[in-house]
Amino acid sequence: MNELLIVSLFVFALALMVGSEIIQKVPQTLHTPLMSGSNAISGITIVGAIALATIQHAAGENGLPWWARGVALAAIVFAMINVVGGFLVTDRMLKMFRKR
Amino acid sequence: MNVFLIAQATPTPTADSWTDAMIDIAYLASAFLFIYGLKWLRSPKTARKGNALAAAGMLLAVVATFFAADPGALLWAIAAMIVGGGIGAIHAARVQMTQMPQMVALFNGFGGLASTFVVVGEWIKINVSDGAPRNDALAMIGLSALIGCVTFSGSLIAAGKLQGVVSGAPVRIPGQVFINGAALLISIALIVALVVTGGAGWTIAALIALALVFGVTLTLPIGGADMPVMVSLLNSYSGLAAAAAGFVVDYNKALIVSGALVGASGLILTAIMCKAMNRSLANVLFAGVGGADSTGDSGTTIEGRTAKSADADDVAILLDSAQRVMIVPGYGMAVAQAQHAVRELADELKKRGVTVVFGVHPVAGRMPGHMNVLLAEANVPYEQLLDLDQANAEIESCDAAMVIGANDVVNPAARTDKSSPIYGMPIIDVDKAGVCFVLKRSLGAGYAGVQNDLFFADRTLMVFGDAKQTLQNVIAALIEL
Repeated sequence: MNELLIVSLFVFALALMVGSEIIQKVPQTLHTPLMSGSNAISGITIVGAIALATIQHAAGENGLPWWARGVALAAIVFAMINVVGGFLVTDRMLKMFRKR
Repeated sequence: MNVFLIAQATPTPTADSWTDAMIDIAYLASAFLFIYGLKWLRSPKTARKGNALAAAGMLLAVVATFFAADPGALLWAIAAMIVGGGIGAIHAARVQMTQMPQMVALFNGFGGLASTFVVVGEWIKINVSDGAPRNDALAMIGLSALIGCVTFSGSLIAAGKLQGVVSGAPVRIPGQVFINGAALLISIALIVALVVTGGAGWTIAALIALALVFGVTLTLPIGGADMPVMVSLLNSYSGLAAAAAGFVVDYNKALIVSGALVGASGLILTAIMCKAMNRSLANVLFAGVGGADSTGDSGTTIEGRTAKSADADDVAILLDSAQRVMIVPGYGMAVAQAQHAVRELADELKKRGVTVVFGVHPVAGRMPGHMNVLLAEANVPYEQLLDLDQANAEIESCDAAMVIGANDVVNPAARTDKSSPIYGMPIIDVDKAGVCFVLKRSLGAGYAGVQNDLFFADRTLMVFGDAKQTLQNVIAALIEL
């Protein structure tokens, strides 16, 4: 098993724990913005899509055919809708919560 | 400082290790921003800044990725970002608050789809390059495609149900437990096949097709009011799909960490929802509880029992003489778009020296926190919104309770009737208030399909009609008093 995989699994598990800890403190009143905000964060996929779409051609190997870049570009479009739409919608909701 | 000059100055065709290290540090910083951003969601005072912080984290991660990019391809990527960003921004600005749950579900689905596209692109890259593919990369491609597609089709169905274009009633598929179980097993088998064959095209195509169907069969049987659970779960899945994709794209830490954060967040919310309904997740997903949202007119008598009814004038008189009133909203308030009328009534009552509080049950509505968002939109100050425990602590000192379009969350059968599907679910004890008004269109059954004894109780008065109309009538009557 390669070391990078093990370290990554470690990081994944730790992040799961951090995630569950912070979420428990969010009050019921803010559950909808929590869902839409965390949904926007799940659009982090865009980073993977950009990395793939802009991968540099190494001479002779790992060159990416144009249609694969196309798939990555489509991923970028959908992920951006998720990210931008998500953060904006969350902001709209949070603007409404005001004190007396 | 021109960043592209730096990238081109180095003669190697791929980003050098210094750049990679800096990018990783940037990813770590964005993870911090996500974590603190989510942390600040614990109070309405800091929540908006928390969201902005998380958005900054996303911006940082995206820009950092540019530094390893081929400049020509980067222009295309930015163009795609502008297209996607534009679409997202327009829809976010235009959606009505009452359609928020559907929008969140839809965006969520797109995230799952994006993860699937990314790993398909990676699969293509693996296929055209020499050398044996990493087994774990193939496994993660399969896993991400599975979860991503289930998220996508499941979210579309969820959004459809919330919007009303797909039937809100649970569509009971014969043998649905077996079908879903089989789909899961076959999916796992396909992932194994993907690894064993070193990335054969048919395995991934079959997996994607199956996963899309699986998303539908998983979500279709779930009724409208159980949607809060399903939407939370799908939210979690989209995070897990992103994390799995992260393992494929060169162990990308931004994806792995953020995906895990979101995955955990969704799972915790799902657990909270299930606990609030006192039903296990398995029960919610597979037991097919619930019927279509009730409509129709059945008068004041049903199955031989008669409920007492009142009109707006009666309500106004009784409310005027009360000292403390608790309003308990439900999905019906959302349907009637009555949240603004509710707030106007609360204001009118406050002018007369009546204290008004709101008792919000965790699963009222169709989305976690649904009622809170609608009331916030109507400018109800958030300190007046009480959660379940707070509401039950105060209800006995309330002279009047007003239930608006809520049903199961105030049904006393949950306390006593062991045979009821809602037995054991904590409810808001409105029958302990001095008098209880129930604003409802008819005596029809609620989501769980059971009759509500509350309607026939001694101190309960039904007020039939559209909630918004009724509230406006009460306000008018109050003004005339």
